[in-house]
Amino acid sequence: MNQVMTHSSKLRDPTAETSPTRRARLAPPASLDGKVVALMDIGKSRGSEFLDRLEGHFKTAGVATKRYRKPTNTKVAPPAVLQTIAAEAQLAVIALSD
Amino acid sequence: MIEVLPADGLVIVAKHECHTCVLVEPVMQSLDRAGPLTVITQDDPAFPSGVGRVLDDQQLERSFHLNIEAVPTLIRFEGGREVGRTVGWDRAEWTRLAGEAAAGEGLPAWQPGCGSRSVEPGVQEALIARYGDPGLASREIPVGEWDDPIEACFERGWSDGLPVVPPTDERILRMLGGTDRKPDEIVGLIPPNLAPCTVEKVAINAVMAGCKPEYMPVVLGVLEAALDPLFVLHGLLCTTHFSGPLVIINGPAARAVGMNSGVNALGQGNRANATIGRALQLIVRNVGGGLPGGMDRATLGNPGKYTFCFAEDESDPDWEPLAQRRGIAAGKSAVTLFHAEGVHGFIDQKSRTPEELTRSLAMGLFGVGHPKLCDSGNAVLVLSPEHYRIFKEGGWNRRRIEDELHQALKRPGRDLIHGAQGVPEGLPASMADKIVDKFQPDGLLIVRAGGPAGLFSAIIGGWPGQRVREECQAVTHEIR
Repeated sequence: MNQVMTHSSKLRDPTAETSPTRRARLAPPASLDGKVVALMDIGKSRGSEFLDRLEGHFKTAGVATKRYRKPTNTKVAPPAVLQTIAAEAQLAVIALSD
Repeated sequence: MIEVLPADGLVIVAKHECHTCVLVEPVMQSLDRAGPLTVITQDDPAFPSGVGRVLDDQQLERSFHLNIEAVPTLIRFEGGREVGRTVGWDRAEWTRLAGEAAAGEGLPAWQPGCGSRSVEPGVQEALIARYGDPGLASREIPVGEWDDPIEACFERGWSDGLPVVPPTDERILRMLGGTDRKPDEIVGLIPPNLAPCTVEKVAINAVMAGCKPEYMPVVLGVLEAALDPLFVLHGLLCTTHFSGPLVIINGPAARAVGMNSGVNALGQGNRANATIGRALQLIVRNVGGGLPGGMDRATLGNPGKYTFCFAEDESDPDWEPLAQRRGIAAGKSAVTLFHAEGVHGFIDQKSRTPEELTRSLAMGLFGVGHPKLCDSGNAVLVLSPEHYRIFKEGGWNRRRIEDELHQALKRPGRDLIHGAQGVPEGLPASMADKIVDKFQPDGLLIVRAGGPAGLFSAIIGGWPGQRVREECQAVTHEIR
């Protein structure tokens, strides 16, 4: 194994250590009223089918949705896509796999 | 996992680049023929030739665990325990430990060895981090093998916005080597969270700021000064005003770490200037929890809040350095901390006498905060060499310059009260009949710095929090 990689795998906390090393997940919202849900297709097969069904359910419930798609499922989403989602939506559902 | 050494027999640690190790190569061959011998080679697995059991130790793990300081080192083990050791080539010692097979016929009786690769500068800390117990108390933060540690620092909010040096154990150990203070010593409570800050936490943040280990005494001195209650670091952090800590270093410590007091002294380009000031701000951010938009409520801030640190030019024996002016003995190192907004350039290319320049400087200095306010903060005046020369040639020393500027910075209150000159901002109407000082009696700190050319000086305005002198002042501390 490359030594540099080994060395960089552990850092020391520079803070007063009053917060956990792992950041807590955001609490789910109490209500979806007024929220926009991002429906993210990562490009795996049948992901769009799953999102179509979800979109229908959200629409029935009166929740606004927006669709997003990664250019390829083999790479992480480009920053522009993530920034657009962050700017336009408050929640996201990602169709991870087929 | 490294191969276990035999419980009984001889071990020699050597490296090919060591002349003494090469000299004793025939002795190693002789010992190999005589009995169980293991040679641990630090730099060349093919060295020595003619020996059956040679262990490659280019990673220096065995040398580290055997605590090798020089090569060749001959060690005898019995029953798994070390029972004898000698360093370098010494026929008497080698034959005592290894018998006549180590006589080395034809060799000189004695020849010193070379330093072990495991104790070369910077290597030992890396080996401790890799194979030993670094003895650090701060919790470990794992970073994915393929993740960029610099990005990991950003993601955890440890950065001031610029990349930080990832605080690995070996870097922290090297940084701690820059001070003889114990890692677990608490330097103080860092606002705003009043979190205890150990020397180790200082070292971690100094690593991240980009400091060299030799900066540590200065960084610790700066932090201790910043925690002087009279400096009011908490208030300085929380203020909506522009201010942040300005660090001015005097004395041999500044020269020892190569700080800049000359060309572009207030600008970029010098590692010590840049990183010592940054280390203080990172400590406040990371240990104290002082985050912009959190407890740092600055309306605009200023670029000096990344780092603002320089040294005074003490090259003129006629000039009394700032630290001595503020009570530090000559020859001692000291830090002065001031609540500083940004640099305001002052141009005067026409004054030729001290009197002219004093009047001119007073005009510039009166603008600090607001030209009609006298309680909006004190100031630092950074006198450039060309402006200082005018005073020096006129026979004025520091005290004379201070006194004359103090006199020149008086104004009739009627010119400064609310509404005067058509401007609502200003002093209370009750001040109309008074003569008002712009700064407190010792509120103007004069310091020499800058490049040789340019009839420019710098005015660095202070913080309105300084108006209650008993509660808030610039502070000067000796660096231990």
